[in-house]
This record gives sequence, C-alpha cells and structure tokens, in this order.
Amino acid sequence: MNNRVVITGLGVVAPNGVGLDQFTNAIQNGKSGIQFHQHLKDKGFSCCIGGIPNVSEEKKLEYLTALQLRGFNSTSILYGCMAAIDAWKDAGFLVDENSIIDYNSGVIFGTGTSGIEKFRESIYKIDDNKVRRLGSTSVVQTMASGISAYLGGILGFGNQITTNSSACTTGTEALLMGFERIKIGKAKRMLVGSSSDSSLYSWGGFDAMRVMTYKHNDSPEKGSRPMSKTASGFVPGSGSGALVLESLESALERNATIYAEVLGGNINSGGQRNGGTLTAPNAEAVQKCIVDALLDSNISADEIDAINGHLTATSKDSLEIENWTKALQRKGDDFPLINSLKSQIGHCLAASGAIETVASVLQIKEQFVFPNINCEDIHPEISELIATEKIPTKSVEKEINIVAKASFGFGDVNACVIFKKYS
Amino acid sequence: MTKEALIAKLKEIIKPYVQDEQAFNNLSEDTDFIKDLKINSANLVDVVLDVEDEFDIEIDNDSMEKMLSVKAAIEIIEAKLAAK
Repeated sequence: MNNRVVITGLGVVAPNGVGLDQFTNAIQNGKSGIQFHQHLKDKGFSCCIGGIPNVSEEKKLEYLTALQLRGFNSTSILYGCMAAIDAWKDAGFLVDENSIIDYNSGVIFGTGTSGIEKFRESIYKIDDNKVRRLGSTSVVQTMASGISAYLGGILGFGNQITTNSSACTTGTEALLMGFERIKIGKAKRMLVGSSSDSSLYSWGGFDAMRVMTYKHNDSPEKGSRPMSKTASGFVPGSGSGALVLESLESALERNATIYAEVLGGNINSGGQRNGGTLTAPNAEAVQKCIVDALLDSNISADEIDAINGHLTATSKDSLEIENWTKALQRKGDDFPLINSLKSQIGHCLAASGAIETVASVLQIKEQFVFPNINCEDIHPEISELIATEKIPTKSVEKEINIVAKASFGFGDVNACVIFKKYS
Repeated sequence: MTKEALIAKLKEIIKPYVQDEQAFNNLSEDTDFIKDLKINSANLVDVVLDVEDEFDIEIDNDSMEKMLSVKAAIEIIEAKLAAK
C-alpha cells in the first residue's frame, strides 16, 4: 500500500498568537511574541526574554475540565491539548467524550519533558517525606507520554498513541512518523505535533550553556535575530503546533479541506562523527537528509519555492545556509525564498518543529511567504552564499507550490519534510 | 460535629470529582463513591487528601482502602477526629 497523505487540520499555540486566525495574522505581519520576563531576571538568568503564549484561565476551561485542571501544572500538556483539539476540530471532527472508539485514528505527539513544573512540585513533596500527598495525577502529568495519553482519551482514538522526543527535531519527526504510518496503510488519520513548556526549569540549562542571547534584555522584540550579523544566541520560546494528517482517500470521502500534501521527507543522524557532536551538526548528514527528502518526495531541487529553516540565531546559521546551498545545488539569485519563524517567536525547543511546520503549511494554503524580522543586517557569510532578496523582511505574496521544512536537533539528528500545494 | 454537618462538608469535598450529578443530589449514607457517584478510582486518592486537609487528620493506608462509601468515610473521619 502506498497512500497519498494530506493535511486536513491545523492547530497552534504560539507566543505571537493563540489559535489559527491569530497566528496566521501574526506571521503575515511579522509580529514578535518575545517579551521581557521578570521571573527570569529574579532567578539570575543571563537571558531574561522569551516567548510565552498568552492563555487565560477561562481559555483553559475550553479544553480541559475543571476536574482535569485540579492540581494541574503542566503547560506542555496544556498547550498540546489546545493545539491538537483545535486541529482535530479544524479538520471537521467533533470532540465528544461519549464518542465510539476510532481505531483508524492515532496520535504521535512529541515533547522534551511533559510537565517539568509538576515534576519539581513532586520532587519537593517526596524530599519533604510527603509522598502520600502527590495525588493521582503526578504520574500522568510528568511521564513523557502524558501529552499523548491526555489526547488519546479526550478524542477517543484507538490507533497508535505515542510520544517521540528528539530535541529540536521532535515536531518534524512526529509528522514524518505519522506520515509513514498512513502511507503504509496502518492508520487513516494521525494527529501529529509537539509541545514545549513555559518554564525556567526547561530554559535554565540553555542559559547555562550560554547559547541564549543576553544582549537584548532591554529590547526583547529585537532579540531573536536568525541570519543577522548581530545574532547573539537564541531566545527561548514555548507552545505547541498540531496537524491532522489523513490519507487522501479518507480526506476526499469526507470532502475535507486540504491544506497541502505531504510529499515525503527524511530523518537521519550525523552519528556525532565528522564534525557532528551532541550539540553541533555533522554538515554532511544535514545535506544528505535534505537530498534524501527530495528523493523520497520525487521532486527536483529547483521545484522548491520556499524553505523554512531551522535557523536559531546562533553562530550556526551560516553553516545551515551553506548546507542548503550544497544540498539543493542552488545559490545566489537561484536560491529559494527562506525564512525562520524563530525571528518572531524564538526557539520553541521541542515544539519548534511543529509550530514552524504549521506556519510553513499556512504559506501554501494562503499563498504567501512570511517575513523574517530582525535581519536587516544579514550576516556577510550568508549574503556571500545567497542573494539578500531571498531573505524576505516583508510578507511576500507569491505562488507557493512546494515548501521544504527542516529541523536539526541536539544529538546530531535531522529531519526534512516536503509539502506541496494539493492538486 | 453533627453527622449532618459532616455529610455537608463531605459533599463539598467530593463534588468536583462526581461524574453522576443525579446520584450526587440524592446522596445518602449508603452512597458508594465509585458505583453510585462514578468517581474515577484514581481520584479517590485525591478525595482522601482533601478530607485530610479539611479535617486536619491523617488517614492511614488501611483506612484509605475502606473509604469507599459515604458511611465508611464518616466512620473513619469521626474515629480520627475522636483520636485527636
């Protein structure tokens, strides 16, 4: 069996917009979701800015019951449930706790840690000899698969329910895993995506590594500067993105809205060899990942209209651009348009791949390329490789047929996926 | 504390966990938490914690296992209050 796979639903909780309408509007206008956060300063962080989605207590109750919210302390699960439920509804399905089991639908929803604040709370209670006081939900809120477990129950899915974790590649990997499952006929629909919590305990380690910027505490919206000469490290973000993948046959039967087709993709690793380490990419493997994604999708490099890169605003951005030029054999004026959503929302870590994928797919649906902000001063190493016009700083309306999206993560892991306008 | 006052307090505590509103409205001493009120068995742990907080008592594991109905809960709470 070799099903064609299409996207029929999207959901997103991002620092610059919660919900599809707000988010679409934000990315079209290059709206920054980065703000100063006093609690980071209070704890002595060098980087005191970050992207946190704006979710009110009232909004939470639209997705989780009052009972589910008792003793609830996991923004990762909250954002994931919000994005995924929105995506499921957007695809035209109901959310009904009494629905019959749907053996044709499953979840692959990734995360870094599912509820680090709940984990901290639990550890303090145990250290205080109060293990009895943990209550009934500390396990489900702290296990990595908590997110997929919540979703599986809320939606009544009977196909595979699981969680993946591969650092910044997580969301893109989840999509490709769901894609493959539908392609080979083991599921009709897979709800895929990833989430990352808003917690200084998730962000602290990166601050300690000095990979986050500390130069923009007074100008948060200018802080995330992918591809810029003055980029000085990434800005942490959080949130969730979700997509409903479906066999083309099933989508047509239901007369569903089709956002785009997933043509194919590839996941690989640089093996932490040849320049690759736990934290740095092996350039050869990155290029191979992109080339193999094209082969899997059966397209040639010159068909790509736009790239949504990983591009975090660290010193590795130039290397990433170089890898794209080599893998695609395109440079200068011949290079596709390229953008990084991280300029607007920061690096949402485990959620980055999913949120950025939602943005990439919206470009195909709405036929535009969203702007990069904060790169009016393009890094000279980058402008040597590609024409500066290929890095739009304003929204570009253009016929967008094929978009390549890639994510590269700690552990020297890579994923690249190719989307095409459905026809 | 009178039994009526105790039941009223208990009702407040279990209200958020109840999945069967009608059975909750007709609550009596014979009401079973899981069978009648459809309280999720995992949530019984949370009910016990809330009872401990409300009455400032500690409910040991053996008592916890028996605390499956309104009647059993009242007996356990009364015994723990008397032993304070």
